[in-house]
Amino acid sequence: MRRYSAFAIAREAARYHTGWERAWKSPKPKKKYDVVIVGAGGHGLATAFYLGKNFGITNVAIIEKGWLGGGNTGRNTTIIRSNYLQDPSAAIYEKARSLYETMSQDLNYNVMFSPRGVMMLAQTEHEVRGYERTAHANALQGVKTEFISPQRVKELVPIMNINGPRYPVLGALWQERAGTARHDAVAWGYARACSDMGMDIIQKCEVTGVRQENGVVTGVDTTLGQIDCDKLAMVVAGNAGHLAEMAGFRLPMESVALQALVSEPIKPCIDVVVMANTVHGYMSQSDKGELVIGGGTDGFNNYTQRGSFHHVEETVRALVETFPIISRLKMLRQWGGIVDVTGDRSPIIGKTPLGNCFINCGWGTGGFKSIPGSGWAMAETVAKGEPGSLAGEFGLNRFTEGRFIDESVAAGVAH
Amino acid sequence: MLILECPYCGVMADETDLHGGGEAHLKRFGPGSSDDEFETYLFHRKNPKGVHFERWRHVSGCGKWFHAARNTMTLEVYGTYPAQTYEPPKELVAKIKKKHPEWGGYE
Ligand SMILES: Cc1cc2nc3c(=O)[nH]c(=O)nc-3n(C[C@H](O)[C@H](O)[C@H](O)COP(=O)(O)OP(=O)(O)OC[C@H]3O[C@@H](n4cnc5c(N)ncnc54)[C@H](O)[C@@H]3O)c2cc1C
Ligand SMILES: [Zn+2]
Repeated sequence: MRRYSAFAIAREAARYHTGWERAWKSPKPKKKYDVVIVGAGGHGLATAFYLGKNFGITNVAIIEKGWLGGGNTGRNTTIIRSNYLQDPSAAIYEKARSLYETMSQDLNYNVMFSPRGVMMLAQTEHEVRGYERTAHANALQGVKTEFISPQRVKELVPIMNINGPRYPVLGALWQERAGTARHDAVAWGYARACSDMGMDIIQKCEVTGVRQENGVVTGVDTTLGQIDCDKLAMVVAGNAGHLAEMAGFRLPMESVALQALVSEPIKPCIDVVVMANTVHGYMSQSDKGELVIGGGTDGFNNYTQRGSFHHVEETVRALVETFPIISRLKMLRQWGGIVDVTGDRSPIIGKTPLGNCFINCGWGTGGFKSIPGSGWAMAETVAKGEPGSLAGEFGLNRFTEGRFIDESVAAGVAH
Repeated sequence: MLILECPYCGVMADETDLHGGGEAHLKRFGPGSSDDEFETYLFHRKNPKGVHFERWRHVSGCGKWFHAARNTMTLEVYGTYPAQTYEPPKELVAKIKKKHPEWGGYE
């Protein structure tokens, strides 16, 4: 792999950009791999990356039914934060956040990580108490957050109306080193690094069946034929239930649509991420100047990657109330993704009832931020056959044992 | 916008007048059942890609719970029926089967 650098740009400029190579190869699938990963979203690719990097396992295929990064990884609003309440969540989300800090260097690919700060508004007394509690929990967990005053909120975001008639801003949970990154670049950067390690990324290939013998996985059926493997990792977000059905088990999870939208581009007006859970909306500004806005999830099972219109209306209403100056902006694009929501709003990482078959799903509305940490934990689980310390608490057995990792508050709005 | 006919008042209700209640016809397990049965009842869902039987409540109308058969891939609604039943009506299942012969049927 030729490294990207300022020197490379100069060299290519001098020869009319004829020397750039493809970022990743598009090979035909081999008959058999040590590990087959289903799903080339951020989590699948990060799993592959750390299998190679941390465990030297590179005879790996990543199988994707569409194009890599075309699932939720390419559809989210790119918020990265680690201010969750429970210890296992804080550990994995903070691991992920800290890996984002050096991801561009580690992958030699600019993922545009922008730790611009994430602010979660408290607009009811209940929220004030909730976020103060989270700030204290974060202090114990070693995650740097603070509860800030309405005046500080106004200083950080001058365009915000903090004295709204319905829900005045009473404070906010502020994480200074949280922020955003370029979602596609995260997938592309990992894909390039995986391909460089000799892994096969096989796009436009759908897994249609899971092969097993005596309760142990032996391979998958795909639209490009049978592919055998010693170990299988299912990392398919909203489609996890569908994959699980092929393998003969059910998941404590449901698939629903979550939407986002962007406005026409405007001059820089907000340089942090603001989330307002009570009125239900959140917003940041992209480098292109578009306001990136996240909506709510629909209340019914859905695989269409389209959400209901009334959520757009509700979200925009909430944001106009919070940021009156955006009231005349036009919205440019709107889209949906199918998110995998579990009962306790925490992900599932670990073993499945089928031998040598592992699962990573349930990130729901908020798994972009966790991609590197999740990949790290999943790679360890697949390589060793047992979850390590990061993944440990997130196994499927927590639902049998009633050991939930309740993040329904932290996950308040969809993000 | 999803539109479902409330089987009680006959109103064609918008989804904003309704509240989704998740998978229908769950088999309830109570005290004395095994951990696995309890887990299945509380958390495991069919979450199918395709035909789904589910509960809805006509919140901004008569306030009653009812059932609907809907396709999660196309958002097509096959029909709605009252809540006082343990499984979908035979005619409705037959109607869906006729339309989608490849569908495995209600289990
Ligand atoms: C609108 C929206 C906004 C969001 N905002 C945020 C946010 O601000 N911050 C945040 O942290 N998270 C956010 N999320 C959540 C985040 O996007 C997801 O949790 C995360 O991207 C999931 O990544 P993944 O790799 O697990 O899944 P995906 O990126 O969906 O990848 C799964 C892949 O599996 C493939 N696949 C499925 N079935 C098969 C099959 N049978 N065979 C082969 N391949 C298959 C799919 O095509 C897909 O590419 C948002 C999500 C949405 C939809
Ligand atoms: Zn009614």
